[in-house]
Amino acid sequence: MRLYEYQSKLILAKYGIPIPRGRVTSTASEARQIADELGGKVVVKSQVLTSGRGKAGGILLAKNSRKAQQFVTQLLDMEIRGYPVRRVLVDEAVQIADAWYVAVCIDRKMRAPVLLASSLKNNSNGDEMEALLTLPINPLLGIKDYQIRDIAANIGLPEKFQKQFIKIVHGLWHAFFRMDATLIEIKPLVVTDDGRLLALDALMIVDDNASFRHPEFSEYWDLGLAPRPEVEARKHGLDYVKLKGEIGCMVNGAGLMMAVMDMIDQFGGQPANFLDVGGGAAPEKVAAGFRLLLSDDDVKAILVNIFGGLTSCDDVAEGILIALQERKLRVPIVVRMEGMKAGEARKKLEDAHLVLADTLMGAVQKTIAYSTGGWNGDLA
Amino acid sequence: MGILLNEESRIVVQGITGFQAGVQTWQMLDAGTRVVAGVTPGRGGEWVMDGKVPVFASVRMAVAATGADVSVIFVPSHFAQDAIFEAIDAGVKLIVCVTEGIPVHDMLQVRHYLDRQDVVLIGPNSPGVMTPGESYAGVIPANIAIKGGVGIVSRPGSLMYEVLNVLKRDGVGVSTCVGIGSDPVKCTGYVEILKLFENDPHTEKVVLLGEIGGIEEEEAAEYISEMTKPVIGYIAGKTAPVGRRMGHLGAIIEEDVGTAQGKIDALQRSGVQIARHPEEIPQLLTR
Repeated sequence: MRLYEYQSKLILAKYGIPIPRGRVTSTASEARQIADELGGKVVVKSQVLTSGRGKAGGILLAKNSRKAQQFVTQLLDMEIRGYPVRRVLVDEAVQIADAWYVAVCIDRKMRAPVLLASSLKNNSNGDEMEALLTLPINPLLGIKDYQIRDIAANIGLPEKFQKQFIKIVHGLWHAFFRMDATLIEIKPLVVTDDGRLLALDALMIVDDNASFRHPEFSEYWDLGLAPRPEVEARKHGLDYVKLKGEIGCMVNGAGLMMAVMDMIDQFGGQPANFLDVGGGAAPEKVAAGFRLLLSDDDVKAILVNIFGGLTSCDDVAEGILIALQERKLRVPIVVRMEGMKAGEARKKLEDAHLVLADTLMGAVQKTIAYSTGGWNGDLA
Repeated sequence: MGILLNEESRIVVQGITGFQAGVQTWQMLDAGTRVVAGVTPGRGGEWVMDGKVPVFASVRMAVAATGADVSVIFVPSHFAQDAIFEAIDAGVKLIVCVTEGIPVHDMLQVRHYLDRQDVVLIGPNSPGVMTPGESYAGVIPANIAIKGGVGIVSRPGSLMYEVLNVLKRDGVGVSTCVGIGSDPVKCTGYVEILKLFENDPHTEKVVLLGEIGGIEEEEAAEYISEMTKPVIGYIAGKTAPVGRRMGHLGAIIEEDVGTAQGKIDALQRSGVQIARHPEEIPQLLTR
């Protein structure tokens, strides 16, 4: 889960990393008030979960609080790459003397956490990165001071900021480790002309799998912004992505789901969605997923393909029946089940007015034929 | 024979008193696997599976009493890291971790610790390992494969079942199949398994099943160029949109990294024949 800039920076502040003075708001009048508190000259930054907002005009420098109010009114009317701006961060404006990039993330190749650091050429928008240094971190030990001193020297950080920098990098690692983050990026870390080291902007991604030990994660999950079916799916622990086609599909396992999407495409159809019911799904969860397909008006035919290992086909059949009880059959449904309790499942579905297929290929081809051929209600 | 597991393998199931673990242990037993022990803290001394399998309070006790050398982990994600460390410290040689949803930081620590140990960890989020006709550890549907000379290594889980199913239908036998799991931080990747297949006298050809996201298939391609045995590949996710997460953490195309086409190109450059869909794999193997 990606966090907003203002959330990320507040977390960094908790771990001892200096951030600019400022506050988030959702109204222009409050923005003016915050600007007044900060001395008038401020940066107003739209809070959206996408990159490139600077280029899209989502970050503006306001000379005084009246301007700040005007800009925030504009920003709250904007949409950046499909994300409506609901909140704006009002930060003190600072003069940048020098800038760096510092991040901790997980390196897939080494399968280890790494510290990344670089100096940034272009101070104003912090885009141009010079040679990026990579330091693997022992997850059982953390980072040692000497390693940070090495990095500091290599990215050209002035001696006098070294102590502060060591504190910042330790804070970064602790935030990464204790918050179960998969990425924390400070871009840029700056020295201001009045000699302060500050994290001007930050991006943080946390691991959803660790939610059980972070009750605070639920506050970060911004339900207001994801499209509705995605939110509904997530509530039930389902992975759902709306796509452009006309064939609704439900499969167990992300890999198999994508293989089914590819086959639909190869044989002339278009998937309407990605829906992975996951391993070992209970009937209620399956029913919730199936309702998403039934209520999607783009869907002309539905394909269910389950190969049960951990998942019991029996439970999936049960779930489909629960969902079908509430809704009249609008489109043809092709079901193919194999593996754990597939026989029981097929038996359960016998009278449900569905098309049962034996093979994945057969199921895909049948569904495509139904979706294009103007289904007349017959079941073959 | 095959790799990792054979008829001599003695299996301990961690979390055996859980519902899913119970169902799956029955399947393993029915397939002739030697499940010699179960472990659930606080439940030592009980017998489960109709009195066939003793439960111990710790993996160490189970290993001491039964000589178990393989552990299958069904423990819920909150406690899975502890269970993995316990299995490593108890001295089993192979750990198959079925549990999904383990925090990535937990696995970073495990991976680091494991580097210094003489044990193979498959997973997490692994469907299991199966040497048909001999032994299997995990949740792969029983009776889904016949004995033969094709080694299979797969990141996706249920997609591997589909492939096993069509291979059986077309009479193609399997030496061992290994589901390495899709989590981004795992301890055994394609390359480690491909090396085992390359050196296994019972494996003649290898099937690699992959999906979008990450760089693991590309890493595998590098090693495959050195292999003597033919490799057939299939990659899922050609139609997946860029930047949208397709289910689990691993399956996302970030800008140009992790696309199906990129993986297919890399594999083809190493001489891998790519199947257009799963049902084409048997044809390519028998060609």
